[in-house]
Amino acid sequence: MRIPVAALIGLFFTSLFFLMAIFAPLIAPYGMAEVVGDVWEPPSDQFMLGTDNIGRDLLSRMIYGGQTTIFIATAATALSFITGSVLGFFAAVSGGWIDQAISRFVDLIMSIPSLIFALVVLSVMPTTVTILVVLMGLLDSTRVFRLARAVAVDITVMDYVEAARLRGEKTAWIIFREILPNALSPLVAEMGLRFIFAVLFVSTLSFLGLGVQPPQADWGGIVKENKEGINYGIAAALYPAYAIAVLCISINLVADWVLNRTTSLKGGRG
Amino acid sequence: MHPILKLVAQRVALGILLLFAASILIFAGTSILPGDVAQQILGQSATPEALENLRRELGLNEPPVSRYFSWLGGVLQGDLGTALTNGRDIAESLGSRLSNTLFLAFWAAVISVPLAIFLGLLAVRYKDRWPDKLISAVTLTTISIPEFMIGYILVYWVSIQLGWFPSVAILNDSMSLGQKLNAIAIPVMVLTLVVLAHMMRMTRAAILNVMQSAYIETAELKGMPMLKIIRKHAFPNAIAPIVNVVMINLAYLVVGVVVVEVVFAYPGMGQYLVDHVAKRDIPVVQACGLIFAAVYIGLNLVADIVSILANPRLRHPK
Repeated sequence: MRIPVAALIGLFFTSLFFLMAIFAPLIAPYGMAEVVGDVWEPPSDQFMLGTDNIGRDLLSRMIYGGQTTIFIATAATALSFITGSVLGFFAAVSGGWIDQAISRFVDLIMSIPSLIFALVVLSVMPTTVTILVVLMGLLDSTRVFRLARAVAVDITVMDYVEAARLRGEKTAWIIFREILPNALSPLVAEMGLRFIFAVLFVSTLSFLGLGVQPPQADWGGIVKENKEGINYGIAAALYPAYAIAVLCISINLVADWVLNRTTSLKGGRG
Repeated sequence: MHPILKLVAQRVALGILLLFAASILIFAGTSILPGDVAQQILGQSATPEALENLRRELGLNEPPVSRYFSWLGGVLQGDLGTALTNGRDIAESLGSRLSNTLFLAFWAAVISVPLAIFLGLLAVRYKDRWPDKLISAVTLTTISIPEFMIGYILVYWVSIQLGWFPSVAILNDSMSLGQKLNAIAIPVMVLTLVVLAHMMRMTRAAILNVMQSAYIETAELKGMPMLKIIRKHAFPNAIAPIVNVVMINLAYLVVGVVVVEVVFAYPGMGQYLVDHVAKRDIPVVQACGLIFAAVYIGLNLVADIVSILANPRLRHPK
């Protein structure tokens, strides 16, 4: 199997980011909240990206921040996939009023923009990592639900599902043994896009001061902390933007490749 | 009754129903969550008297259902309640902010909609050649960066390094239209970049979908120039999907405004909402949430209705 160049580049940077997130404490030259220099020092041999608004090493903050951002986004994506796809398959298999009830409820949640809904909920909830993950995961599971249900509805009319029903398998068997293996490839491609969305979403919330709380570092928070510097021509707040752009583009490249590969497996049918 | 009127009426009724359901959801999101809301607002160190006062002010001692209906009754009469933090009337504070937000969104739409359609056509015309690839690479990049970061990148390069436009967007009543436009130049650019990417990609997909039809192939085979095919055959058929795309993106724009306003300290609805979320001022959050949801649902409704009206099969039933 030949992997296209674009997908290879995507895979390389994606794994680089994940390795950096996993081994953050080993790679980072300084501690996350350790004040090591002056305010907004320019890049030098000692501080590769310079220092931040209170004199912490920016490179270390970026590495630890990447860890937080990627961890939260991964957890939220996992949650949204488990909830969304199980509910989606369940709705498709059950049909009738159960399907109607779940689908209309999902329509209702999707009729309110996710960011607005998240802000409404966060106005009464404490902002902890757990709540962020649960909130983002559940809000995003509505999108996964729609895809999973649409894919599963096509599969439930297949003969092998009919056969499984006739031999008296339970709903759980039909969902996990008949539908899941056949619905996996479109879901995996979608997972990349959902992950990107989660990265952007958690960064936005942190930037608004409603996500990850200081002194914990995360990419959105680094922008918030260093935004004043922009007016003096200090680029500290821009590094997270570049990091997010590179991460998201690489994942997009990988997701595109997975999607193309799976559609060509089906004989080119979208 | 004409079947199309019936369809539109059904869609409008559904929209209103959806809005009511959304108001229940927003209300429930702030009221029925686990834990004591008053405690959350005041923190752990609050005295029992202060908690009791706040509970009375928010009406927390009443059952949630009756609270919801008194809130909804107020909203329907234009009374959004008073803010907890400063005791001011919310509807009054929202008035000018809402018009500021719409002002910003309006100019972003005026620039991005024609540009997106033009670029979408261009990408289809030069499909798989360098203009198409360049456009899709640039839009992929802008999709991959959150709005607020695009904002700071533009402030850094355009406003600080080049010194062209101001880096904060402060409006007041004495400014002329030109001064106001100068003040919002960078926020408008950010919003344009953000929606442009989505809108252009969806326009391209919609036109490409039409371009694969048999009648386009016929036009091609009889030797019609490409741009003329797009203009005379593809575009009229692509209007409905494109209008749909535009409406969906305008809805998206209204949400993007929230973050962009915070970046540029712009006195609009979004900043008002975010400020009061941090202060846990629930009546304000509910009111803003409801207005954003209403605009979002409204624009999606318009998109639905336009695609019904643009469908000739529905307009001229057999």
